[in-house]
Amino acid sequence: MTSQPMVADQETRTPTPSAWWARLPWLRIGIVLAAVVAAIVLAYLRSGSTVVVTQAVVTGILIGGVYGLVAMGLTLIFGVLDIVNFAHGSFLAIALFLSYYLVAGMGMHPYLALLIVLPAMFLLGALVQRFVLAGAMGKPLENQLLITLGISLVIENSLLLFFGANPRSVSLPGDQGVAILGAVAELSRILAFVGALVLAGLLFLLLRRTSLGTAIRAVAANDAGAQMVGIDTRWIYMLTFAIGTACAGAAGVLVAPLVTIEPVTGALFNIIAFVVVVLGGMGNVVGALLGGLVVGLAEQLGALLLPGQSPLLVVFIVFVLVLLLRPQGLFGRSGS
Amino acid sequence: MSLLTVEGLSKSFKGLRAVDDVSFEVEQGAILGIIGPNGAGKTTAFNLIAGAIKPDAGTVTLDGKDITGHPPHKIAAAGMARTFQLMRPFYSMDVLQNVTVAVLAGGASEKSARDQAAGIIERIGLSQWRDSPTEGLPTAALKRLELARALAIKPRVLLLDEVLAGLVPAEREPVLGLLEELRTQDGVTLVFVEHIMAAVMRLSDSVLVLNLGQVLTQGSPQEVTSDPRVIEAYLGEEPSA
Repeated sequence: MTSQPMVADQETRTPTPSAWWARLPWLRIGIVLAAVVAAIVLAYLRSGSTVVVTQAVVTGILIGGVYGLVAMGLTLIFGVLDIVNFAHGSFLAIALFLSYYLVAGMGMHPYLALLIVLPAMFLLGALVQRFVLAGAMGKPLENQLLITLGISLVIENSLLLFFGANPRSVSLPGDQGVAILGAVAELSRILAFVGALVLAGLLFLLLRRTSLGTAIRAVAANDAGAQMVGIDTRWIYMLTFAIGTACAGAAGVLVAPLVTIEPVTGALFNIIAFVVVVLGGMGNVVGALLGGLVVGLAEQLGALLLPGQSPLLVVFIVFVLVLLLRPQGLFGRSGS
Repeated sequence: MSLLTVEGLSKSFKGLRAVDDVSFEVEQGAILGIIGPNGAGKTTAFNLIAGAIKPDAGTVTLDGKDITGHPPHKIAAAGMARTFQLMRPFYSMDVLQNVTVAVLAGGASEKSARDQAAGIIERIGLSQWRDSPTEGLPTAALKRLELARALAIKPRVLLLDEVLAGLVPAEREPVLGLLEELRTQDGVTLVFVEHIMAAVMRLSDSVLVLNLGQVLTQGSPQEVTSDPRVIEAYLGEEPSA
């Protein structure tokens, strides 16, 4: 590359040199799997009970799928709009309360609430992008960061104002334990996992197989180039933010039967989603889903390895290790 | 009537008049070369015409339609494509996808878009890279990709910002041939900024010289290159010995 003139080289990215193992995606996935297996073995040695470990693995994978869905929305927004959206978890909290209202207040089935919450969150995302964030597009990163942080504070405190701090819950009619691979998982947990995977698959198809998805990926890759070929980037920004918010909304409905519904519940998901996004590679939608599973497992196995600690402790240990060893994320492409 | 008319175009950045009252016209099927020393306002003028930035004053008219200050995607849809001096490919996609995106944005169906894109790639001479990832392509291929993507929107006017920069002489020739072919076969109107004078002399029907944001002169390639004011703008005043 050195023989070429400087002008042309400015935008011609040379791949960042990285460890040889990092260039082989299957090997990387193998290493991640090996680490998971090692964690499982350690957890078994520590607890001495197969049932407990199996239970942790099953629970971890099931909740990991939901984390993946939340993080997909966040990573999509980052990839396309270059916005680090601190309000993502608060949008999830709105969906939780909306679910609660529809189920407890209006007697709707918890999953039918998707039909209302999903379009509502899509619309809310579109409005927030168009009227609050659009003006900050292309401005320094901290502008958008402060705006989204502000939005999250407004949402959290509005929820507190209208619903109070009392914890609430949504129960799924006919929810019961189901035996699965020698462990027991609530039906609602399994359905949340399946629902998250289905929605993640739909999002993936939207991005890969439709012309809208192609346009979204083009804007993510280079917005000036996208404009040049006739793509309305402002419209794509709005739609993408709306889709990302709808992901948080869908995840909110799916986890409503599993969590205590409080205004601060969103903040917890926010932290996890950020860890997942970085693990998966910023802007990498498939990586987010895989990262979600890793974080779900880390959380559950972590509780066994370090009993009495916050389950998030191991999640953050994994997070810091990944940042040190492979800052572009476990599944991120090198140099991107 | 001219296909592209630029009148009194002006833009200042913090008091610096980057483009100052620039006017020119381009006939259908003509080739206009724009030259000028570094900082003359060539790229800014392109950005103003293509809608990347809004002018302070002046109008841009494409085929009788006022497109001044319209967003870039609307200008692209109206039939004016541009390429960037520093290429703006979609690095996450392969070459075929890069061009397909452009065809799709014009409203083509998924299947016909791929076929059309493959046809354009063939024509531009990028076939050997068709399924290669964009990352790591040599500069010459990226330059052609930029051109292929611009052609994919079937433009009537093509604004080219230094398509030859960074190419070795052997790589320039086929690009020049292609540009000539675009005019003769497709009737595309070309406006191009270029530093390589041999290319400017060969392609241009008319050459516009910008200096310090203003039009210094416009004329045939021969007229312009023998104009002492042009030589002065590039080299400075002749020492009065």
